[in-house]
Amino acid sequence: MDSFFSVLDATIRVATPLVLAALAGLFSERSGIVDLALEGKMLAAAFAAACVAYMMQSPWAGLAAGMVAGVMVALLHGIVSIGYNGNQLISGVALNMMVSGLTPVLALAWYQQGGRTPTLDDAARFRSVELPFADAIAASAPLKALFGHNILVYLAVLVIVVVSWVVYKSRFGLRLRAVGENPHAADAAGINVKLVRYLAQSISGALCGVAGAYLVLAQTGAFIQDMTAGKGYLALAALIFGKWRPWAAVSGCLLFAFTDAIQIRLQGSELPLIGSIPDAFIQAIPYVLTVVLLAGFMGRAVAPKAIGVPFVKSR
Amino acid sequence: MSQPSNLPRWATLWLMPVLNLFAALLVSGLVITLIGEDPVECLQLMINGAFGYPEGIGYTLFYTTSFIFTGLAVAAAFHAGLFNIGGEGQMYLAGLGVTLVCLGLDFLPGWVVIPLALLASMVFGAAWAFIPGYLQAKRGSHIVVTTIMFNFIASALMTWLLVDKLIMPGSQTPATRLFAESAWIPMLHELAANLGVELPQTPLNATFFLALLALVLFYLMVWRSHWGYTLRTVGLNEKAARYAGMPVSKVIIVAMCFSGALAGLAAVNELLGSTHRMNLAFTNGIGFVGIAVALMGRNHPFGILLSALLFGALTQGGLDLSFEKPAITHEMIILTQGLIILFCGALENLFQTPLALAFKQMTKR
Repeated sequence: MDSFFSVLDATIRVATPLVLAALAGLFSERSGIVDLALEGKMLAAAFAAACVAYMMQSPWAGLAAGMVAGVMVALLHGIVSIGYNGNQLISGVALNMMVSGLTPVLALAWYQQGGRTPTLDDAARFRSVELPFADAIAASAPLKALFGHNILVYLAVLVIVVVSWVVYKSRFGLRLRAVGENPHAADAAGINVKLVRYLAQSISGALCGVAGAYLVLAQTGAFIQDMTAGKGYLALAALIFGKWRPWAAVSGCLLFAFTDAIQIRLQGSELPLIGSIPDAFIQAIPYVLTVVLLAGFMGRAVAPKAIGVPFVKSR
Repeated sequence: MSQPSNLPRWATLWLMPVLNLFAALLVSGLVITLIGEDPVECLQLMINGAFGYPEGIGYTLFYTTSFIFTGLAVAAAFHAGLFNIGGEGQMYLAGLGVTLVCLGLDFLPGWVVIPLALLASMVFGAAWAFIPGYLQAKRGSHIVVTTIMFNFIASALMTWLLVDKLIMPGSQTPATRLFAESAWIPMLHELAANLGVELPQTPLNATFFLALLALVLFYLMVWRSHWGYTLRTVGLNEKAARYAGMPVSKVIIVAMCFSGALAGLAAVNELLGSTHRMNLAFTNGIGFVGIAVALMGRNHPFGILLSALLFGALTQGGLDLSFEKPAITHEMIILTQGLIILFCGALENLFQTPLALAFKQMTKR
């Protein structure tokens, strides 16, 4: 039973940045902008969070800096794809490469530690929240798995609830979906399509910012070159897996995080009947599942209709 | 992909890519200034590193060879209206094909093994591109997302194979044993030595000529053949192609296989031409550089030759630069590549509108 709870604990920890990034992608893609730049937004945020948290010795300052950096990359993606009607796929790929190149260059120039930032002190990181009965929690595996996390994990849970409300119940959410499904109809109804898309990009950047900051402030304690390691693409896969719906995307993230958590446990152990499974196969599960889903073998994944098409106002 | 423009042809073909390249280099220069180095000096060092001495030129052309293949791969898919980000994974799998042939048939003479290895690289690359192509054509799954996923799957698969199966027995590093010497593609300096010309030792090898041949064949296939006409029609207007009775699904699948086979040949240059064994990192982003090469070269073989040369020079010059200036690492080159992709591929309207206005003014007078 204890191993069940430690897997649960690891799943929650791995899933948090994925959930935030997947919901970030949800805003962007529901507004009709393909978001391959999730990876770049997260990586830029992780770098900014590491620098500012180190400088100010405060995790909150780091979090804020991460969000600002995320929004900056998102707005760049916005200017290219909304302002200049550029190719959104290419913009995303380009931004990811740019951030992956720029961050280690700056880290080396500023800290001389070979493309990484100095390790943060405890005071500059997010630690597990201090609840009453902290000793009891630390002692019991089930309680630790549920209540032993840092504040960002609980923030992410809150974000899920808020996002699903905003997307389906709020006025902005209705506009967001309208703009992504049929921008010309939305335009005729008096909605400012480009503004809604820019707003969606900003929200996407801010959420990716939290996700990137989490990687540094709650996990590694320093920026490491290419530390997002495909998490942005994994979040995108979870979003598609969840058919662009918040709760389903979150379940996708949890599933992917679970495969990651059990992979560490299964390392080298023999399973009945199958024998030992190489790590690589378990690592590949999320990607294979996404391909299978996209191919329509597990229900149809239908993207927002106007996705990837620049909006040119009709005269 | 590009929008209709009211610019003269020469401006779209030459002026715009140069302006976009200039803008990208300008931003890189700003970053170099920001970290306290002199961009002009860096540019000089880079040009000197890439073209200033015979060894530098050899390395530049060696990198150019791989970039020609991955650039052509991206362009092949682009002409069918597909964005193949999977060049990296296709090249990875092609490396597996090359390795299996070279390790499995190393008792055969070179003139048998090398053609078989070339064939295997194309077949394996094409096979890895076939699945996304098939899923796009028959099941409507988006090619970009599928090829990204296939890059990750390829990386997981190859890590497992190299760490668990193909690793040289007794070795700790995940790499295969050396291929038999008969299967090595001759280096250019060896060929030149046979003719009595002395060239410096570089990894530049005979695959370079294969790349030049591929450029010519690509031109003939895409612009001078019936199949190429169908390919471009599907890319320009899928509905019109279908209405004209063209087998759209088949064209998409074949285009992806063509693309994957081209990406696969880049593995030949790296494995048979230079390292002579397969290791974990041999693709090293070459598949992604292909995107930049194709965009910069406007998907035309001649443009791809020039832009592959540019990226070859960037890679070699960048390496030399990082020896002189430790603050400017290989990542600076990745940043520049990203900027070039951004300006040439996604921000082409940036200069188009002002240029169109300027030309209108000039013609009025």
